[in-house]
Amino acid sequence: MSGKVLEFERPIVELETKIRELKDLSGAGSEMADEIARLEQKAAELQRERFAALTPWEQLQLAKHPDRPYTLDYIGEVLTDFVELKGDRAFGDDPAIVGGIARLDGRSVVVLGQQKGRNTKENLHRNFGMARPEGYRKAQRLMKMADQFGLPLLCLIDTAGAYPGIGAEERGQAEAIATCLELMAGLRVPSISVVIGEGGSGGALAIGVTDRILMLEHAVYSVISPRGCASILWKDAEAERTAAEQLKMTAHDLVGLGICDEVVPEALGGAHRGLPATAAALHDALRRHYGELAALSVQDRLERRYAKFRRMGHVEMQA
Amino acid sequence: MIRPGKGAEIRMAWWRRKKQALEQTSESNKVSVPRGLWTKCDACGEITYTAEFVQNLRVCPVCGHHHVMPTKERIAAMLDRDSWQPLDLELRSGDPLGFRDQAAYSDRVAKADRSVGPTDAFTAGFGTIDGLDVSAGFFVFEYMGGSMGSVVGEKVTRVFERALERKIPAVIFSASGGARMQEGILSLMQMAKTSAARGRLRAAGIPYVSVCLHPTTGGVAASFAMLGDVILAEPRALVGFAGPRVVQQTIGQELPPGFQRAEFLLEHGMLDRIVGRLELREQLGLMLRLLAGAPAKAAAALPPAPAG
Repeated sequence: MSGKVLEFERPIVELETKIRELKDLSGAGSEMADEIARLEQKAAELQRERFAALTPWEQLQLAKHPDRPYTLDYIGEVLTDFVELKGDRAFGDDPAIVGGIARLDGRSVVVLGQQKGRNTKENLHRNFGMARPEGYRKAQRLMKMADQFGLPLLCLIDTAGAYPGIGAEERGQAEAIATCLELMAGLRVPSISVVIGEGGSGGALAIGVTDRILMLEHAVYSVISPRGCASILWKDAEAERTAAEQLKMTAHDLVGLGICDEVVPEALGGAHRGLPATAAALHDALRRHYGELAALSVQDRLERRYAKFRRMGHVEMQA
Repeated sequence: MIRPGKGAEIRMAWWRRKKQALEQTSESNKVSVPRGLWTKCDACGEITYTAEFVQNLRVCPVCGHHHVMPTKERIAAMLDRDSWQPLDLELRSGDPLGFRDQAAYSDRVAKADRSVGPTDAFTAGFGTIDGLDVSAGFFVFEYMGGSMGSVVGEKVTRVFERALERKIPAVIFSASGGARMQEGILSLMQMAKTSAARGRLRAAGIPYVSVCLHPTTGGVAASFAMLGDVILAEPRALVGFAGPRVVQQTIGQELPPGFQRAEFLLEHGMLDRIVGRLELREQLGLMLRLLAGAPAKAAAALPPAPAG
């Protein structure tokens, strides 16, 4: 845990520290119990109020919080018997995307997702969750494997974007992402993607062309990072707060725009302050959606998936 | 001190003399040279008579540099004469996010509509190449940098769907900076929508040729532009996922010469061929006929052999 506390988390964290101190002070004694209970209730209320009124900028800070649970954390909580599979069979293995086979409620699934690191060393290894072409080609391999064995596909999205480097361009970053998009649109198996943190541009969408698109409550999904957008349109990276608002990137925004199918509630105060509760809510949602998707024929699922993305966008007709 | 008169100036040392026009001409008797009569090559500086330059498809006759080409000229140069039937002219961008940066998005669209035309950044339709029917699409780079919002995504999708419906090849000429930021996530989703439509064409065994023009980057490169059965590019066209500035900022070092140019992509196996603009239509015709298993045009044009 980095222990990083965001500005708007501070009053709550201070209150919680006070409660802990009181508890330590009073030991097992009961004379302080009433006071502690009162403070705990107050902390919860404060949190609920504050988190109901988060600005897009604050949502973005939560989505990128260094203590936020990552792909492997959810795999550990929601799935069992995870076996990681590696390599794109062409160039290398990209640790920025993890994937493999596992069980969801006892049934086999193929799972993959971008993986960020917890510290500098891990982040160097994981490239901050920014995948290179070999990561997307490993993803393609696993998607095809899901199709071959009729296993549902689960994709956990959490990346600032695909890596913009020289090697990545040399090895065809654009082609690798494009092929993922086309491949996913045509998969015969049920597929669900969940934006668990940052959904950054094409590098996120590359594993997001699925039957259902879910988002955790404080996750964001956007065509470009607010910072990138600000530096291009405002010619000033400092305008990123404004850009974050303009881009309409929160989970609720995406429901309104017809992109996100369901917002999965997080623990009060965000997933980093309650992984088990968040993972349980996610588990519930996955069980329900896979159940619905399994009831459809392959042809029906393919038609509906095509129609789902076919509808996306806002076009006006000139008379 | 003697103040020199006009005549004295002439006798002045030449380095003190003020420059004077050789001859005073009034506005009225000036010989006017029409603007744009001559065009200077961006690469070699050669000056060419503009009419000839345009005739030569804006390729420098001396160094072969391919200059940016207005979409109207592009369409005329790539398709058979008078074969173009534009479609989807009624589609217009809305402002789904109420987006406003330094100007409102709706104002930017209105301005582009006025200065470029109401095509948005893509024009789609039917045409023929070397006598072969194609479902074609051309990016309009002049329109907001060819950026792909909902209208562009819809039109690209329709190019593939019409190709599927009529069982004719699809050809798309891309020139785009990528997704249109002002439509946010809806622009991003156009990558998925267009790629899904492209997938249906592939499944049906109908050819799709992608031609990458300068520049083809971002969400357009990372979707249908890189999904052609055959991918072509014009010489020196910039093609890549991230723009060179972003790559440079990320890695913090100089980029290798020719980075992300068509020649670089060809070398790394990302393109089939680089084709010069002057040969492009002919080459497209040849490739489309080969892919479709159609006879060569000369043979097709031969009268049937007499019986007996």
